[in-house]
Amino acid sequence: MSQSLKFSTLALTLAVVFVLELSLGSVMIPLKTVISILAGGQDSGESWRQIILLFRLPRAVTAILAGAALGVAGLEMQTLFRNPLVEPYILGVSSGASLGVALVVMVTDGLGWNLLLERAGIMGSTALVVAATLGSLAVLSVVLSFARKVESNITLLIVGLMFGYIASSLVSIMMQFSVEHQMQRFITWTFGSFGSVTWQQMEIFAPTLAVGILLAWILAKPLNAFLLGDGYARSMGVNVRRVRFWIIASSALLAGTVTAYCGPIAFLGIAVPHLCRLLLKTSDHRTLVPAVVLMGATLALFADRVAMVPGSQIALPLNAVTSLIGAPVVVAVILKRRHVMEAGA
Amino acid sequence: MKTAVLEMLSLSIGYSRRSHAAHVVAEQLTATLCEGEFVCLLGPNGAGKSTLLQTLTGIRAPLSGSVLFDGVSIGTFPPRELAKRLSVVLTQRVAAGMMPVEKLVALGRYPFTDWAGRLSKKDTEAVQRAIEATGIGPLAGRPFCELSDGEQQKVMIARALAQEPRVMILDEPTAFLDLPHRVELLHLLGRLAHDCACAVLMSTHELDLALRCADRLWLLAPGAPFVEGTPEDLVLQGAFSSTFASKLVQFDQQTGAFRAATQQRGAVALQGDGVAGMWTSRALERAGYQVVGAGEAEPWVEVAMDGADICWWVGGKTSTPCASLDAVLESVSQEFGGRE
Repeated sequence: MSQSLKFSTLALTLAVVFVLELSLGSVMIPLKTVISILAGGQDSGESWRQIILLFRLPRAVTAILAGAALGVAGLEMQTLFRNPLVEPYILGVSSGASLGVALVVMVTDGLGWNLLLERAGIMGSTALVVAATLGSLAVLSVVLSFARKVESNITLLIVGLMFGYIASSLVSIMMQFSVEHQMQRFITWTFGSFGSVTWQQMEIFAPTLAVGILLAWILAKPLNAFLLGDGYARSMGVNVRRVRFWIIASSALLAGTVTAYCGPIAFLGIAVPHLCRLLLKTSDHRTLVPAVVLMGATLALFADRVAMVPGSQIALPLNAVTSLIGAPVVVAVILKRRHVMEAGA
Repeated sequence: MKTAVLEMLSLSIGYSRRSHAAHVVAEQLTATLCEGEFVCLLGPNGAGKSTLLQTLTGIRAPLSGSVLFDGVSIGTFPPRELAKRLSVVLTQRVAAGMMPVEKLVALGRYPFTDWAGRLSKKDTEAVQRAIEATGIGPLAGRPFCELSDGEQQKVMIARALAQEPRVMILDEPTAFLDLPHRVELLHLLGRLAHDCACAVLMSTHELDLALRCADRLWLLAPGAPFVEGTPEDLVLQGAFSSTFASKLVQFDQQTGAFRAATQQRGAVALQGDGVAGMWTSRALERAGYQVVGAGEAEPWVEVAMDGADICWWVGGKTSTPCASLDAVLESVSQEFGGRE
């Protein structure tokens, strides 16, 4: 199969899953109606229009953007650290976000500040987004300042991991002193969901992710050089520290934004790059970045569709679904092609 | 007259440290690398070969002295400009995964391509030339991770060649290879230097291969002055013995190889020539005897032909026929044993 045929197949699959996402759910809407509503038709019932345009469409768009973003962020990290098991959150971005969310959910609530915040109009999901963004920005700024000074990637990896431990221990201390409904709210956030981004929030969510993905696309050439290791990259004229700074910035922007709006979505960031490498049989980032965007979007939509259990009122935790589908896929893929493990990226 | 590309002038290399005096690894290094030359850098472990190569590639600043590229200090080149003139092959294995060989070689065009890394016609031609010159044409479409160590290293050399460098520097590229592949690689590098008119400098532990293939040798040893020259000149000057001086190893000027310095057990006279004579001599030397000409010592060993078969006579106090060198060594040992 030629590369362009593979890309067409990926794009077609994405389109099919997208329409299914809008059609299936607790209320089944016929495919024809879905397409006519998307095309701007007015002839179908108002309630179906409402369901699609106000609930399912933003949800689908969120899933597409988040899946693409996590895939790209994971690809960048796997190449930078030349390690196939690295995920987008490796540098502690999501730990920072969860610390921010935990602070809002447990501490402000516990101190009765939530009334203040509510009056200022930033309670509810927006407060969580702001808290998560601030949390990941805090971790990001520390890691980036290290990235400028430190020579070794491993040092950077350890710094990121240690920040993760510090953040999660602070979170568990807060949980110790919180009450049940706060804990419930925090845990629900950690389950992950594509359903909480409103059209209004989309105005920030979408452009931010677009910038991050564009940055990764511009970085495709130096990312290819990094495949050979820092030494070779430097010998080809790559300014290693500067490029590494931008790779981390792009990846953290993507992972941090997704975590802020959707919670820490597991598995997609690790698995999507591997699936794309196997499908396209290349490590060339100029091919992989667009492929990862398509594949990530498709898998995220698919996982969300499964989590919502079509035809019922049940909603499973999104992270449970992504992991349940994803982990066996990764294991199968790796057993079949063992050198994917040594592929480094 | 050869054109000099890379020169080092009374160079000191090592590590500068913030609070202490700089740690000097080697000093007073002066040598010139010319176009079309294949040079091997030899030296025992810890002599500073890697430090020297890092200094020559501009990664590490010299402690004193200078490294000149076309007469200009190497530190003044912007990284991208230097990359158009100098390329490297490193010891470390590369994990480029599913990257097809041809695309990996094309990465050598990095400093020449635009932001997206698109290859122009000139770039594609350079990649094809590099693939042909290194003989990896049949591998071009295969994923890098499926190649053997020897093939991978050739691909890395093709990548370095695609950079169209005036100088190619290799840090122990033969480290993971078996003997036939090492020989092949050294011959390839020698040929590339001559055909592509670029200078090739490679650090290695392969002394006898380097003696046979390199146009010049650079010898770097801790505590000894840096020497460089044509391999044969260096052998005749006895430079190897001083560079690699060790109680356990001796450099044999006749064979151009090192041998374990064994305790001398006495002189044995050998009569016999040809292949059988050579291997008899080797066996006796290995066992610690000094081999001298016929009639110059006792005991003696004579190589005789019994039809197509080889047989030996060992003489001294007694005269014993032997059917194998194993038996010869045993008999000679008895001759000496009887004297003590």
